[in-house]
Amino acid sequence: MNWVGTNRWWGLAFVLPSAVFLLGFTLLPIAAAAVLSFFDWTLPADPSFVGMANFSELADDRQFWAAVGHTLQFIAGYVPLVLATGLGLAMMLNRQGRYTGFTRVLFFMPVVSAWVAVALIWKWMLNPRFGVINWLLGLVGVEGPAWLFERGWAMAAIIGASVWKDTGFVMLLFLAGLQAIPSDYREAAFVDGATRWQAFWRITVPLLTPTIFLVVIISLINSFQIFEQVWILTGGGPVASTTVIVERIVTTAFDYGRVGYAAAMSWVLFLLIFAVTLVQHRAQDRWVFHE
Amino acid sequence: MSEPTTAVEPRTRDDGVVRGSEVASRGTPPARTARTHRRRPRPASVLGRVLLVVAGLAMALPFAWSLLTSLQDSRSLLVLPPSFSPSSLTTSAYRRLVDLMPFTRIVANTVIVTIISTVAQVVTSAMAGYGLARFNFRGRHAVFLAYLATMMVPFQVTIIPLFIAMRWLGWVNSLQALIAPMVASAFGVFLFRQYFMQMPAELEEAAALDGANPWQTFWRIALPYAQPAIAAHGILAFMAAWNAFLWPLFIARDESAMTLPVALASLHGRWTTDWSLVMAGSVITVVPVIVVYAVAQRWIVGGTLLSGIRR
Repeated sequence: MNWVGTNRWWGLAFVLPSAVFLLGFTLLPIAAAAVLSFFDWTLPADPSFVGMANFSELADDRQFWAAVGHTLQFIAGYVPLVLATGLGLAMMLNRQGRYTGFTRVLFFMPVVSAWVAVALIWKWMLNPRFGVINWLLGLVGVEGPAWLFERGWAMAAIIGASVWKDTGFVMLLFLAGLQAIPSDYREAAFVDGATRWQAFWRITVPLLTPTIFLVVIISLINSFQIFEQVWILTGGGPVASTTVIVERIVTTAFDYGRVGYAAAMSWVLFLLIFAVTLVQHRAQDRWVFHE
Repeated sequence: MSEPTTAVEPRTRDDGVVRGSEVASRGTPPARTARTHRRRPRPASVLGRVLLVVAGLAMALPFAWSLLTSLQDSRSLLVLPPSFSPSSLTTSAYRRLVDLMPFTRIVANTVIVTIISTVAQVVTSAMAGYGLARFNFRGRHAVFLAYLATMMVPFQVTIIPLFIAMRWLGWVNSLQALIAPMVASAFGVFLFRQYFMQMPAELEEAAALDGANPWQTFWRIALPYAQPAIAAHGILAFMAAWNAFLWPLFIARDESAMTLPVALASLHGRWTTDWSLVMAGSVITVVPVIVVYAVAQRWIVGGTLLSGIRR
């Protein structure tokens, strides 16, 4: 129903409590971050207007662009893996008809848990000497690497822990996508003599492209914002080989107190996310199937 | 943090929400839920079943390992394989944890912040969603667009100005500094607006005929109707508040306002080697959320959580 004819202030009254907090603690800060990025402000000193200086400094900031590079490394490993494991699990659960409350809770335990706690659990398991993972590898005769203390392996470990944490969530999205596909399509393909492999690539995957698109967008956006797992697992090390964008923002604001420069970084983060999402959105007509 | 990090792109957002509420709305047969599917299981392949069990173990074992570690004394951690015999288990790590930190204070902080921000977020979002769905007022469209626009901006953008504002307000190391940014949820408003737009009008019309004013109608008719949406958004808000790390790391480093994740991170920094202590802290941080999720997921009909596309 529409409360047409009722006092029009009622609508505003309903929106007001949320809108006040949105304005004060989200909208104004967003605007303030834009303003701040034009100031050189190192706490506790006073701010001074410097125009575009923060952005030109950022353009030459090697550490920042190294962090962007590490984020891209993370994306290159994480996005395909989480997509594959999430889809694989969803297909198995869908086929087995085993998506019950128990499996839902089981696969969602990592999703709902705090990253700090989960990252600490992984850090303990990845301990080179006393960790369970290297002990298990030793049982099959493999000498495990030093994981978080070794260049190359550190990022791999961060990717692995992140895939483990998020796979249940991606699985849920794919499960909904799979259940929206009418079973007649596959059955018709089998009648025509298609193999399972063909049915998967010619029927299931094309019909799943809207879900794949959704998963890619979500996981890309989240990847640009990774912080907690890196902060706990490696702290950006070893030798700054796993620094990421948000970690740079936190370090710049905290350790150096340079809040103007950190605000400029946060706007660059936003623009990066925005640009990637826009490109994805534009490109979707080429590969996303819409009925 | 509490802010939606996703749902940037209109089509995907519609997709998730419509499907979610479709499933959740009453009277509609839950055509696409897992439940329907379960009734007609196809012949299961052995390989698929084995892989599923392996995947399930992979999900559960890290938690089991942390629990086991938390029940050992620090010295026996250096021996692998660990002893599973009950006699070697001890709760000393938990006792040390309680002695070492103002533990009750930290747990109380976390509980207070989580409860207040969850309730506030659900109530204000449901109200605003109702206002946007059911009333015509000047600026309604602009308000809705403002909500949509904030969903696109990552929380990290607001964090520096928020930090400065909190310093100016004198709110550093206070619980209200942790709660205030969590109250408004653009995502929640969007979810409830979609939900209320699909609610049949007859219920409210009957109440209005009986002389109920809009607030009474909202409170007695709309809110009970929105129970699946409340459960879905409530879980997300609860998780976001309980697990929050980045913003508390900025604003609440003092023990007077510290919450569990920050305390846990500091524990690890100071006593890197005492893994049974750190694992005891992890268990305490993780168990409440898993229990709440396990209980609440029953109320989330079908795919409603799908509309909760955020982490």
